[in-house]
Amino acid sequence: MSDPEIQNQDDVRSLGTDAPPAIELRDINKSFGPVRANKNVCLSVKPGAIHGIIGENGAGKSTLMSILYGFYEADSGEILIGGKPATIRSSRDAISAGIGMVHQHFMLVDNMSVVENIMLGAESGAILTSSVAAARAELERLERDYSLDVDPDALAGDLPVGQQQRVEILKALYRGAEILILDEPTGVLTPQETDQLFRILDSLRKQGVTIVLITHKLREIMAVTDDVSVMRGGEMIAHRETAQTNKEELAELMVGRKVLLSLDKAAPQAGETVLAVEGLTFVDKAGVPRVDNISFSVRAGEIVGIAGVSGNGQSELLELLSGVRPVTAGGFSLMGERFSASRRLDPAKMRDLKVAHVPEDRLRSGLVRTFAAEESAVLGYHRDAAYNGAVFTKRDAIQQDCATKMTDFDVRPPNPKLKTANFSGGNQQKLVLAREISRDPRLLLVGQPTRGVDIGAIEFIHRNIVAMRDAGSAVLLVSVELDEIMSLSDRILVMFEGRIVGEVPAHEADERLLGLMMANAAPERSEAAG
Amino acid sequence: MADLLFNLLLSVDATFRVATPLVLCAMAGLFAERSGVVDIGLEGKMLAAAFAAAAVAAVTNSAWLALGAGMAVSVALALLHGFACITHRGDQVVSGVAINILVSGLTVVLGIAWFARGGQTPSVGNEARFTPINWPGAEALADVPVIGGLYSELLSGHNLLVYVAFLIVPLTWWIVYRTRFGLRLRAVGENPNAVDTAGISVSGLRYAAMGCCGLLCGIAGTYLSIAQNAAFVRDMTAGQGYIALAAMIFGKWRPVPAMLACLMFGFLDAVAIRLQGVVVPVIGPIPVQLIQALPYVLTVVLLAGFIGKAVAPKASGIPYVKER
Repeated sequence: MSDPEIQNQDDVRSLGTDAPPAIELRDINKSFGPVRANKNVCLSVKPGAIHGIIGENGAGKSTLMSILYGFYEADSGEILIGGKPATIRSSRDAISAGIGMVHQHFMLVDNMSVVENIMLGAESGAILTSSVAAARAELERLERDYSLDVDPDALAGDLPVGQQQRVEILKALYRGAEILILDEPTGVLTPQETDQLFRILDSLRKQGVTIVLITHKLREIMAVTDDVSVMRGGEMIAHRETAQTNKEELAELMVGRKVLLSLDKAAPQAGETVLAVEGLTFVDKAGVPRVDNISFSVRAGEIVGIAGVSGNGQSELLELLSGVRPVTAGGFSLMGERFSASRRLDPAKMRDLKVAHVPEDRLRSGLVRTFAAEESAVLGYHRDAAYNGAVFTKRDAIQQDCATKMTDFDVRPPNPKLKTANFSGGNQQKLVLAREISRDPRLLLVGQPTRGVDIGAIEFIHRNIVAMRDAGSAVLLVSVELDEIMSLSDRILVMFEGRIVGEVPAHEADERLLGLMMANAAPERSEAAG
Repeated sequence: MADLLFNLLLSVDATFRVATPLVLCAMAGLFAERSGVVDIGLEGKMLAAAFAAAAVAAVTNSAWLALGAGMAVSVALALLHGFACITHRGDQVVSGVAINILVSGLTVVLGIAWFARGGQTPSVGNEARFTPINWPGAEALADVPVIGGLYSELLSGHNLLVYVAFLIVPLTWWIVYRTRFGLRLRAVGENPNAVDTAGISVSGLRYAAMGCCGLLCGIAGTYLSIAQNAAFVRDMTAGQGYIALAAMIFGKWRPVPAMLACLMFGFLDAVAIRLQGVVVPVIGPIPVQLIQALPYVLTVVLLAGFIGKAVAPKASGIPYVKER
């Protein structure tokens, strides 16, 4: 295979020569201040194909699609739709050019019905009665033609995410979209919902709809796309036919260097029990049990992964174990010390016990955006004698400490004085990890360690977590990314509606089984697995 | 017994008169907040409109020109609020309070400068006011038991703006729930991103909502100065804008419940007036101050305890910024 780097732009334009391309972008440039988000980007999408665009966070995929959908105007460049030059200045222009977009965060009004959501902005007249009737009829036709079942009278906010996504697709089709852009559509879906989505996309393609799929998940690209374009650092790096490429090549193109997709790790050397959870329960203000009578244990030298669709109590579990939330009933022991509703764990005590916590949402509970990196890097450990003099903090010590962590964890740019908010997501996460890991914790509680983190940084973070395990720490990992759970964990627990619905040793786990368990649809498994 | 009934009838009758500006303001606030703009400046807009209407009525002797002036001034202030909060994404509460303070001072200053009566405007004659409209046959029916009282006291004998206010409630309901504008209005207050991606201008919708808000506050202010009264008195709104806001929240951002809340506040006010000087056995006469404070105390109590779960439009109070 030739060097992927030397794919020139003539090649790009020669893709799909029979019919005019559904979308053609020529030399698109877009800058935000000094940042060039898109540099001379060219793209050609064949009509009736599923075209994947893959790249790391910040590679410029979303900017490019926002330009196509009229959110931003390009600084320079041309857009051709169906071979004709198009001027797209607003979403309205994009819609009338036949482009529909399914956003990563759904654009639905939760307290309005499906019909109302679908006709919003595309009503047939000033009075709603006739619009509703027209929308209903059209909706029935669309549902029939594309087998997209949704109850038109349900409130959008009451629907499960998979259905909400269908509403978004229906919204686009209702507006007569012939080109459908999906931005990271599978982030919130279970594997089963993802499969369903892919079936829907396939049937849309059969009906002649052109689909652009933006994602950073290689598996999805390989599963559904016909063609794939890779972006890195604001540039279009390469175009491939999906059938003629593979995950390894795409990962290398995305990151710009070789990436090990699978993690090599030795068998766990499990030691004594570090965390023992017994009948742990948390009931929220509305009286809903978020964590429902959970028991499990984590031993030194093993990684226990908690899988589940987001919102099934994993976040709450992590917050209970780190002393952020008060326990309602039951309790847990850390290094043999027991905590329960009557004896609360607080985060300072937790750190005294050498338990480290990497919170799920780094910006909400891991860092302070407006602090300098060096300040964020001591949060929670700020009472440590090393950082404090008799009265004042030791600024030099703190700065020195942060600089060391930055070198050790490859945080870029390595500038302790830079404001936390100015680091990329991956670098912020490395900073949190550096803070928590560098004190040799006995137990590491880690939530969504790679959410919004680039593939290169993911590799780094995963390696560090495994290295901690090998050094004898216990790790409890909560993640909604199945790939992550499967590649890191030694044992996997699946949570559904606050309960643990199954336990699988990592070597027996596969995506299908975990997916079914996550939807609580798995056949009863024997307790032997646990 | 008959006496009590008659007193009750008069109280209900007074309720409509007292509740009229509340209803108008509550509907005004409903348009603003449904679009996602918190409008604490209802009070100021109403006060400015009251002054403008009274001043124009005094000069031109025309109630209709006065109404037009009241609405124009109020709309201008609403758009100013919009300019600060929608175009420049300012803090909506700060902008609203600023408008209230500005108007409270400016009306007095202009009043002194133009009319030299210590901030009041000259009293206007009935020809420059909205006066009670007696329905046909009201006099004749007045003595018929029950029906006569209801017809002649409750229905007949209010000024035009009272009827307008209570017609605006079903109109608001119809606009919000049955028209394209209403659909978009509800959507923009809940999720402006959804509206933007559907190709509709978020700012445009919010400005339109502020326009509606201004018009309605304008009518309310005009009512205060030249329908309920015959001149502008400094700070004559006396917090009714805030009470209307409370009533709207109490009605959970829905027109009919908001109107009912306004009527309740109006009724308390009317009863308070009737209760003045009433001697209660043992306690003696009820202090006037206590009675006057009753509606406000009740507002606090009701808002604090009985409102239940009021879910505001999700985007209310948040300036719209396109992603990134």
